[in-house]
Amino acid sequence: MRSEIHRIALTGQPNCGKSTIFNMLTGGRQFVANYPGATVSIKTSTFMWKDEKITLTDLPGTYSLSSYSEEERIARDFILEQNPSLVVDVVDASNLKRHLYLTFQLLEIGAPLFIVLNMLDVADKRGLRIDAKALSHALGLPVVSTVGNKGKGKNDLKNGLVESLHNSDRKKELFKVDYGVLEPYISNVSLMIEKSMVGKELPSRWVAIKLFEEDEIANRIVTKECSGAKEILSFVKNAAIEFEKDHNDSPRGFIAFRRHIEAEKIEKSCVVKVKEVSVTLTDKIDALVCHRIWGPLILAGVIYFLYELSIVRGYELTNYMVPLLEKFRNTVESYLPIGSFIHEPLLRSLVLSVVTSINSVLIYIPIFLILFALIAVLEDVGYMPRMAFILDKLFRRFGLHGQSTLPLILGGVFVGGCAVPGVMATRVIADEKARLATILIVPLMNCLAKVPLYTLLISIYFAKEKATAMFFISTITIIIALSVAKILTLTLLKNRPSSPFVLEMPPYHIPTIRGVVVRSVERTWLFVKKVLTIIMLVAIAVYFLTNYPSISATRMDDYTRRSEDIKNTFLNGIQRTSFYEQLSSDTALAHYLSIEERYKNEKRALVSSSDERRDRFEKRFSERYPTIYPFLNAKGKDGRTLSKAFKQMKRDRAMLFMEMRDEQLHGSFLGMAGKALEPITCFAGFNWKVNVALLSSLAAKESSVATLGVLYQPREEGQTLEQRMKEQEQGFSPLHALALMVFMAMYPPCIAALLMVKMEAGGWRWVFIALGYPIALGIVLATIIYTGGSLLGMSGKQAMGAFYGIALLVAFLLGKVKGPVFHEEEDFFEGDSFDGKEVNHI
Amino acid sequence: MITLDAIKPGEKCVIKKNRARGVVGQRLMDLGFFPGVEVHVIRNAPFVDPVDVQLERHHVSIRHEEASFVEVEKL
Repeated sequence: MRSEIHRIALTGQPNCGKSTIFNMLTGGRQFVANYPGATVSIKTSTFMWKDEKITLTDLPGTYSLSSYSEEERIARDFILEQNPSLVVDVVDASNLKRHLYLTFQLLEIGAPLFIVLNMLDVADKRGLRIDAKALSHALGLPVVSTVGNKGKGKNDLKNGLVESLHNSDRKKELFKVDYGVLEPYISNVSLMIEKSMVGKELPSRWVAIKLFEEDEIANRIVTKECSGAKEILSFVKNAAIEFEKDHNDSPRGFIAFRRHIEAEKIEKSCVVKVKEVSVTLTDKIDALVCHRIWGPLILAGVIYFLYELSIVRGYELTNYMVPLLEKFRNTVESYLPIGSFIHEPLLRSLVLSVVTSINSVLIYIPIFLILFALIAVLEDVGYMPRMAFILDKLFRRFGLHGQSTLPLILGGVFVGGCAVPGVMATRVIADEKARLATILIVPLMNCLAKVPLYTLLISIYFAKEKATAMFFISTITIIIALSVAKILTLTLLKNRPSSPFVLEMPPYHIPTIRGVVVRSVERTWLFVKKVLTIIMLVAIAVYFLTNYPSISATRMDDYTRRSEDIKNTFLNGIQRTSFYEQLSSDTALAHYLSIEERYKNEKRALVSSSDERRDRFEKRFSERYPTIYPFLNAKGKDGRTLSKAFKQMKRDRAMLFMEMRDEQLHGSFLGMAGKALEPITCFAGFNWKVNVALLSSLAAKESSVATLGVLYQPREEGQTLEQRMKEQEQGFSPLHALALMVFMAMYPPCIAALLMVKMEAGGWRWVFIALGYPIALGIVLATIIYTGGSLLGMSGKQAMGAFYGIALLVAFLLGKVKGPVFHEEEDFFEGDSFDGKEVNHI
Repeated sequence: MITLDAIKPGEKCVIKKNRARGVVGQRLMDLGFFPGVEVHVIRNAPFVDPVDVQLERHHVSIRHEEASFVEVEKL
């Protein structure tokens, strides 16, 4: 019996098909973890093969193992510190030479290697035939050939892995890169390290090479682990100067060059060119997709379809989510204690408000699934780098990056996105400065939850120019966001490292259905998990902030008296019916009220179902609530009387509840905060009610309209919120509405999005910035519109035009400002950057 | 000496030296910008920058700014 679990790490360069190999081996079941202190996530999964339990860790794709990027550091540290039993290096057969460049570095680091020669089909299409045996012989390593996306070579690979795990023959002659004229220096330093190494056992040749590569990690290792660190470092420094003088190349450049030459040699020895393929299909597609005119048009089309399929179609699918979530709510409700006629027990109202909050976010699950699936398709196909290619110049003017395109699209460049996937998608941006700027501006886009307030305000105050107003609000955000990005990169992010735009444009691939499904489900699940934990906490906090301190006892007595009146009116109304006796007790009435509501809700959900299902539903209710059921569908004269009186009572009770809630909100902590803010927000045209609505929507923007609904109660029956607001806020002008809309456009991210900011930017500091600056900006802009517009006597429409013009002008001017150009990093051997300080980390 | 950013789309050149250090230097080396490698400049992006170049069998998109670190010889 073996109880040992083998740990295998999966590495490879980007676009080598590593993920397909991971899914092929593990079946896609995985555990995604964020690497501690980093934004890079690492997937781990376990699978069984021939009674062996193997844990596979998917390391981030890296071109090499330097200290320049987080991915590379993570991959390297994992291999160095976690000591996996085997490191599987996935190599793209159609691009063998370049991929061997990483293989050599893995060999030098001393990792027990296993080569997967992947994408043989692509190589074949390019007229290349690869001799895997020759490659295995040349490297002294086991090699298995696969075609990952077609599942070919799966069993060979698993067998090979198990065999290698037990083959402890490490004495085999492995390939070593010959560094030619640099060799004497390397072996000298290597010997010095070996002699003075006091700490960990590390391959001294690797450390020596890293020293000559001017890599940060080598300095740190030597300083920490070697007693003669000073001597070694000064030797390397002098040797490097000497070498550069003699050979007109830095040791670093020379090392890379030698690797390149050796890779070329190996490639020649095991690759046969069957036929020369000059123009590939990828080239033909690129001629169209990256074309000067067609390229942007195709991009616009892709964006349109992304919106259409995920937001529009996905929104239709949410209709199927609503009954499910409602059912969930009803189920929860049925387990909660029932209150009296006017009092709801704390447990009941608290749990229900939490469930409602969670539901309002879970409703978006279909949208997320579709969105993530489409993104996975675009990623797998290889369209992402093309998108960056097309738009880089434009975005760069504003301190962003070509790769910022997708996050902004997902966030809702026009109308109807979501900041959560938007922020998540910033992960691919190589440029740290642009990445942070993108994370911070994605929430300025128009997410789905902002739309209800826009529609409400536009239909009241801009009814005649709906289209203009909609166009205004959906384009103003990107204009402002670009300016904000530029300002951020010029100030707050000024000193963040910026990286070069050197992006591989991989050949187009046909994505695998499984890979796409796995990724979209995985990302959606990640989101749901966050929502369930955090939203719940926030919902609880909001509940207490809006419900406490509670209404004073004397006021409460008044409400109780009024509720008694309503109850008595009802009972008087049905006095002469046969139902009177059973309903005269307080508990029976409360019971009736709560069950009637559920009955109606569930019945409504069954409208389009079969008769049989409806019968089953009726039967279930009659069995479960035998005393109440007779009232629910009471027929005859008595039934009509009951139903009429009941309706009236419910209406009166609802009105009373609204009034109570309003008073409650007034006196609650949130209400007090809303009033306290009035002196500031009055310049933006917001009164305390608007403040409360805005404050309460901090947790989820959807609730802005819902809160306004509570604040502007109907005075007559059947009034819409639009009519109510119009009637009750006589002083409100289109200028007020415009200021409010722009503030909503700048509204800070919801909790779920803030969590994503925390995850992707990697620190609470960014969360506070992401939360703080939009509020400040929103207030300033709303104040400019309202106060400025009022002083100039502008109409809403005029203010809209003027504001749009100013925003465009500002963006245009900021686009002209020259941003900091990319500067090469200081040489590690010069200046004071030799202390091994952390770079790039937050 | 001319640099890669001066090569027009459709033209070919051979890399003589990669002058970039730091991150740019590393990225360029990672993606195969070595002396002796032939580069085919394919096309500029719709807004001129970046530029799509082909090195042997793979394509790399690079800004003119970064391309100016690569010394080349026209073919």
